[in-house]
Amino acid sequence: MTNAAVHMEEGLLAPAHGAVATAAVHAKGQQHPIKLYLLVWGWLFVLSTCSYLVDYFGLHGYLRWSLILLFMVLKAGLIVAVFMHMAWERLALAYAILLPPVAVLVFVSIMVLESEYTHFLRVLFFAGPS
Amino acid sequence: MAETVLTNPGQSPARLEGWRGIAADWASDQRAFKNVSWGKAMMWIFLLSDTFIFSCFLLSYMTARMSTTVPWPNPSEVFALNIAGKHIPLILIAIMTFILISSSGTMAMAVNFGYRRDRVRTAILMLVTAAFGATFVGMQAFEWTKLIMEGVRPWGNPWGAPQFGASFFMITGFHGTHVTIGVIFLIAIARKVFRGDFDVERRGFFTSRKGYYEIVEITGLYWHFVDLVWVFIFAFFYLW
Repeated sequence: MTNAAVHMEEGLLAPAHGAVATAAVHAKGQQHPIKLYLLVWGWLFVLSTCSYLVDYFGLHGYLRWSLILLFMVLKAGLIVAVFMHMAWERLALAYAILLPPVAVLVFVSIMVLESEYTHFLRVLFFAGPS
Repeated sequence: MAETVLTNPGQSPARLEGWRGIAADWASDQRAFKNVSWGKAMMWIFLLSDTFIFSCFLLSYMTARMSTTVPWPNPSEVFALNIAGKHIPLILIAIMTFILISSSGTMAMAVNFGYRRDRVRTAILMLVTAAFGATFVGMQAFEWTKLIMEGVRPWGNPWGAPQFGASFFMITGFHGTHVTIGVIFLIAIARKVFRGDFDVERRGFFTSRKGYYEIVEITGLYWHFVDLVWVFIFAFFYLW
């Protein structure tokens, strides 16, 4: 009976201990193995080389654009997640910082429509040099 | 007033009247980021606002490029260099990209050694990062000079759509300014690290507050952000 009570107490305490432990880790700061940084560093070089090669080999059209975007997103993700330690931050911070830029994508779609309209008008009314 | 009291049946501490009350309410123990210091949280929020600034620049560039009827100059050719008699496309920008990524790596190492309280290595790595940054700005100055000599202006250029110059100078100029500020920031903090300010918890001369090694990580956040912005500029302006 006492044993069970002790067990219960331990069970209740365990999460609290866990929280204390994480707090202690954070008090010491974001410490991660150097190997991880070197790995990410290496990948950033590889991805940059890849995106340069897209231009060097003169790829065109959708293949070019999708490759550029792919390498860009991978590089940005690695930098934010590992170098800026976002992967180890609490979700409250991660969401507060990472969600608002999604609004930019809405802005992008608005401006794509707008610039296509402007382009259409320019072609229609000015019949410029091209 | 009465309604406010009703909706809050718990203890509502007495507040000062007017603006002081408003300030007290907004500042009273509200804490969203539990384990993140105010310094780091504010750097992240600043970086978020900076994200919007650079997004607006890139968006205006996109709008200009999509809506013009004049062909856009080919960046692959504009930024090509002749090295040892060979014509290599976009080589200058590729080198600048690698320099910035190298600086990001040394910065990440500096943060790591900072939390290990290895002050000499931290300071050296931060200074190496600053040196890479200064090299980057130097190459950008070279690039600007080259383009201006070739006749690129914010209102026109010899190769095509006149908005090319405006977009180029605005986007790379703003990014270069960020790199320059980052270099100054890095040198200032590296000096403090090297002097051992964060080991003896010496009070800052400007803020009179104790400094901690976390400032190395905060400086790092700014520096990685500068690198992050370059990833997008490289993709959208130079490669697209």
